[in-house]
Amino acid sequence: MEPGCREQLDFARTATIPTRDHALNCADMTKISRPTAKKAQQSQEATNPHSPVVDFGAGKPLHLDSGVSLSPFRIAYQSYGELNADKSNAILVCHALTGDQHVANVHPVTGKPGWWELLIGPGKPIDTDRYFVLCSNVLGGCLGSTGPASINPETGKAYALDLPIITIADMVRAQAMLIEHLGIKQLFAVIGGSMGGMQVLEWASSHSDKVFAAVAIATGARHSSQNIAFHEVGRQAVMADPDWKEGRYLEAGTVPRKGLSVARMAAHITYLSETALHNKFGRNLQDRQKLTFGFDADFQIESYLRHQGTTFVERFDPNSYLYMTRAMDYFDLAAEHGGRLADAFAGSKTRFCIVSFTSDWLFPTGESRTVAHALNAAGASVSFVEIESDRGHDSFLLDEPEMFSTITGFIRSAARARGLLPS
Amino acid sequence: MSVNVHPRVDFAVIASLVEPGSRVLDVGCGDGELLELLQSTKDVDGRGVELSQKGVNESVARGLSVIQGDADSDLKYYPDGGFDYVILSQTLQATRNPKNVLTELLRIGEKAIVSFPNFGHWRVRASLAVNGRMPVTKDLPYSWYDTPNIHFCTINDFVDMTKEVGAVVESAVALNALGERLGFNMPWGFWNLFGQQAVFLLKR
Repeated sequence: MEPGCREQLDFARTATIPTRDHALNCADMTKISRPTAKKAQQSQEATNPHSPVVDFGAGKPLHLDSGVSLSPFRIAYQSYGELNADKSNAILVCHALTGDQHVANVHPVTGKPGWWELLIGPGKPIDTDRYFVLCSNVLGGCLGSTGPASINPETGKAYALDLPIITIADMVRAQAMLIEHLGIKQLFAVIGGSMGGMQVLEWASSHSDKVFAAVAIATGARHSSQNIAFHEVGRQAVMADPDWKEGRYLEAGTVPRKGLSVARMAAHITYLSETALHNKFGRNLQDRQKLTFGFDADFQIESYLRHQGTTFVERFDPNSYLYMTRAMDYFDLAAEHGGRLADAFAGSKTRFCIVSFTSDWLFPTGESRTVAHALNAAGASVSFVEIESDRGHDSFLLDEPEMFSTITGFIRSAARARGLLPS
Repeated sequence: MSVNVHPRVDFAVIASLVEPGSRVLDVGCGDGELLELLQSTKDVDGRGVELSQKGVNESVARGLSVIQGDADSDLKYYPDGGFDYVILSQTLQATRNPKNVLTELLRIGEKAIVSFPNFGHWRVRASLAVNGRMPVTKDLPYSWYDTPNIHFCTINDFVDMTKEVGAVVESAVALNALGERLGFNMPWGFWNLFGQQAVFLLKR
């Protein structure tokens, strides 16, 4: 942490100035179980998070792809482990669409374990005893970084749709400013799945010299037409809810619960596979012996999806969902480089590991293969593994031993090359 | 994709042909054994392509840069002259279009190293002559209907193909059934009869 920047830091809510070891304190502090999470808590996290934050003031605007300069803006993050003396052991985790920075600690709103605790922690494939692991809430998110639920300093009200459109590249630019702020010249690794994987590819493309190793899982270099279609269904569901109030629901005191819930239900189907759904639910009935000849949730799958929808509303901001989905839709790394994906990685010294899953139909293996071929064409060092799993897109969040052994092997070999492990 | 059985006596020969510190692509790298050997003994910058998912996953878990891919269809994604050596060990006979694969190897690599089982070996000839059936030997254990080796050739056949694609044979080694090198000055015909497998170093 640079001493000169401390005045910019505000460990929100506790007003503690972070120190070198704040990461551990912070992880401890967020281990507050909150079983009765409510919507109010979620919106509080947007403006006053249970995470350290860095405020980038007027002198440090963020130049967005839309042409707008965003200033001031804030990034909230979590960290685990210790940064070594030469700051060479930092691993940045990029979270997915509805993820957040609480990657390996108890979530302040839901009280659930961190979303990637299977992968990250002491002695885990990404070992926090060895690496300094960092995860920031993406720009446009709703867990403390500047997003549509943050207060617009010009109006004193939430931005809502007045926030400029955020792209994957914008998220990465903001992360790069955070990394610079922490005095880290090069990340040892950047890792993420799905939208997180898009950020990984963007990092490796636009900030290649700052990324020693990159792990992109269940992702692609662009969002497909089908994926955009599903996102559009979700957005229309949110915006069709009368409680959305043209995006001004925070002032109106409403929550477009039904809209966001339907959006989540539709999206959630795309994260699973037909086999997974069949194995888990089949045509089983929910708490009843026979069909009711009505529109109640007769089937377990209906009940499950409704539950996914309602719990999601408790922890996610509806406008943020619009911004996140749009960011993914706009992502097209090849288009940014004259239509040639290989050019996005020209001259790259980064070591890549690309992982896909056989049953992922949201980001099918073909998308990963395209990235791997482009990296080959660019002469980059690349490993590409397709893992057999019937659990669909969400496999990357689950207990997939082959994924763990792949990541462990890749990280170890990269660490040897970087001098973090004896060769 | 590598289909030969252990021990891989050709690995030591291949390693002896690779200059230290060079860039190497191993096409059909299996579980990464050769790449690992080359990295540890020759300090190469190694990459691999492997058809079987199991082989790829094992290679990557070893810390090697390996991707899942097919020698017949995926070599086109590699740039011209991207590597000092492209290695095809015990894989040529399992490709659909060996001539095209060899051409691609020589496009991608300054040099190509190809090892393959010699179908002209006396045991193979004797097996066919005596039994009148497709040879199934200790080193070529598959039956004709389930073999991945769809394009066997002899040393003489291979030498002919190198001429057809305009490759120059920089050096060649033939190994007998015990994995010993055959005399260097023997004519091709001798190697073709007594070489159980061959390793060729080719250049454009």
